[in-house]
Amino acid sequence: MTLAEKILATKLNRKYVEPGELVEVSVDLTLANDITGPLAIKIFESTNIGKVFDPEKIVLVMDHFTPNKDIKSAEQVRTCREFAKKYKIRHYYEGGNCGIEHALLPELGLVGPGDIVIGADSHTCTYGALGAFATGVGSTDLAGAWITGKTWFKVPETIKFIYYGKLNPWVTGKDLILWTIGDIGVDGALYKAMEFTGEVIKKLSMAERFTMANMAIEAGGKVGLIEPDKKTIVYIKNRFKRKPIILKADKKAKYADIKEYDVSKIDLVVALPHLPSNVKLVKDLSNKIFIDQVVIGSCTNGRIEDLAIAAKILKNRKVNPNLRCIIIPATPNIYYQALKKGYIRVFIEAGAIISPPTCGPCLGGHMGILAKGEKAVATTNRNFVGRMGHPESEVYLAGPAVAAASAVLGYIGTPEELGLKREN
Amino acid sequence: MKKIKGKAWKFGDNIDTDVIIPARYLNTTDPEELAKHCMEDIDPEFFKKINKGDIIVAGKNFGCGSSREHAPIAIKACGIACVIAESFARIFYRNAFNTGLLILECPEAVKNIETGDELEIYPEEGKIINLTKNKTYFIKPLPSFMKKILEDGGLIPHIMKKFEIVHQK
Repeated sequence: MTLAEKILATKLNRKYVEPGELVEVSVDLTLANDITGPLAIKIFESTNIGKVFDPEKIVLVMDHFTPNKDIKSAEQVRTCREFAKKYKIRHYYEGGNCGIEHALLPELGLVGPGDIVIGADSHTCTYGALGAFATGVGSTDLAGAWITGKTWFKVPETIKFIYYGKLNPWVTGKDLILWTIGDIGVDGALYKAMEFTGEVIKKLSMAERFTMANMAIEAGGKVGLIEPDKKTIVYIKNRFKRKPIILKADKKAKYADIKEYDVSKIDLVVALPHLPSNVKLVKDLSNKIFIDQVVIGSCTNGRIEDLAIAAKILKNRKVNPNLRCIIIPATPNIYYQALKKGYIRVFIEAGAIISPPTCGPCLGGHMGILAKGEKAVATTNRNFVGRMGHPESEVYLAGPAVAAASAVLGYIGTPEELGLKREN
Repeated sequence: MKKIKGKAWKFGDNIDTDVIIPARYLNTTDPEELAKHCMEDIDPEFFKKINKGDIIVAGKNFGCGSSREHAPIAIKACGIACVIAESFARIFYRNAFNTGLLILECPEAVKNIETGDELEIYPEEGKIINLTKNKTYFIKPLPSFMKKILEDGGLIPHIMKKFEIVHQK
């Protein structure tokens, strides 16, 4: 069995599950945010059932339009706050304890290997980096799970992605996943599980693994899984309180497809508007693309490792006066680490804007909206039409190295253009 | 389910949920409010142009991107009776099901339908007729488990029905 099949079979106490089979499984954790939560609450309350399946397994993170951007958003958050109080939901995050959900939940140890997690947010697949079968659902599916503690899945087929070779300087998991999406397309893994493996994945930091699993949805994937290893165990130590279920794919597992990538051929990339699959090597861009904004943050790339790369590039340099550079530590803890390590000082001295943890500009919510015709380089996950603001604005997706270098250059470029070298 | 008759509005591949309902309008869950902005970033006049019972026809991967259930809600609330596409993104597929928006996967039909074509749909039989082009298509039947959810009137009524059975025991 593949890793996805194994997790489902284990949870079902069965020896075997087969792709295509419809199964009903218990969920270990459910998640909603300030956009999808109010709708799930409306649906849940309409049933008058009066009881949630388990308040300990419900997490509500107010991260999208917070700190509340307008009256309606404040009212949506209030709906969630009152719901949390009413049903004694302890894992409610709104104020100074709040971060971007998919950075926050792993950091707090609320998810771990072998878990089945559904979240009313498409990037719930991020937890696949820990070996959890985690996927995005809508508010009704979530409300259903709040009633029954269960959800149904079609057992997905799996595509295996093997990465080997030596990583090029500055290249991170973000470049690998964008490259992969560029190769298979935005529906290349539709309804399927993605399993990321190979010597390169083993070497990646947990932060980079989260980045890769996070964007499985951008290829249409149901889950993006990485086998737990020593790094995973170290990461969950002192965080994850339940007993982790460490599973591995069988050597003889059947895959719908196997893709192999020699990473020495992958350099720094950028996904041009308006699809994450519209991927080009930065060095192959024929014209200089001048930009108006840089965003470094999000559930994809707002972790301390990402900020470390940005700090390395921005140290003793200035943000180009023709643009705004917005840096968003994904959680309060990441913010605090960045402060202790001196990154915040580097960012301020460079002339960057430091935002509180929020999804904000990634989905065109607030804290960095683009005007008509404006262009942004962002370490976020989507560059659809109007994603960060005006329908005629443009988003270019990249990793933290390209984003930070572009913030100094004023156009989309690499750290090498600033004379920076890096040993990977 | 009743027969549907309406005009086709054709879109391309990868129509994402940000285009179906931009995030700037997600500070409400009110269907009427969401409906006004349906498809706004791809066709600002969409809400004004369509009539009740019209049909969206699209290419591959319709509804990709965010998990926002506001997307099928907006489509349904603005009067669209059905979405026919070559394929649907998985979260959107579930959400449409759960919110009672009829969606049909039929690549053959999509290829031959143009904006303005008159379509007739018989959901029970899985039959799509393009009256303008005089062509008929059939879709694959749903798995019985999903049919059951539809018959019960959506996921929540389905769950509640099961719940009551358990309670009676």
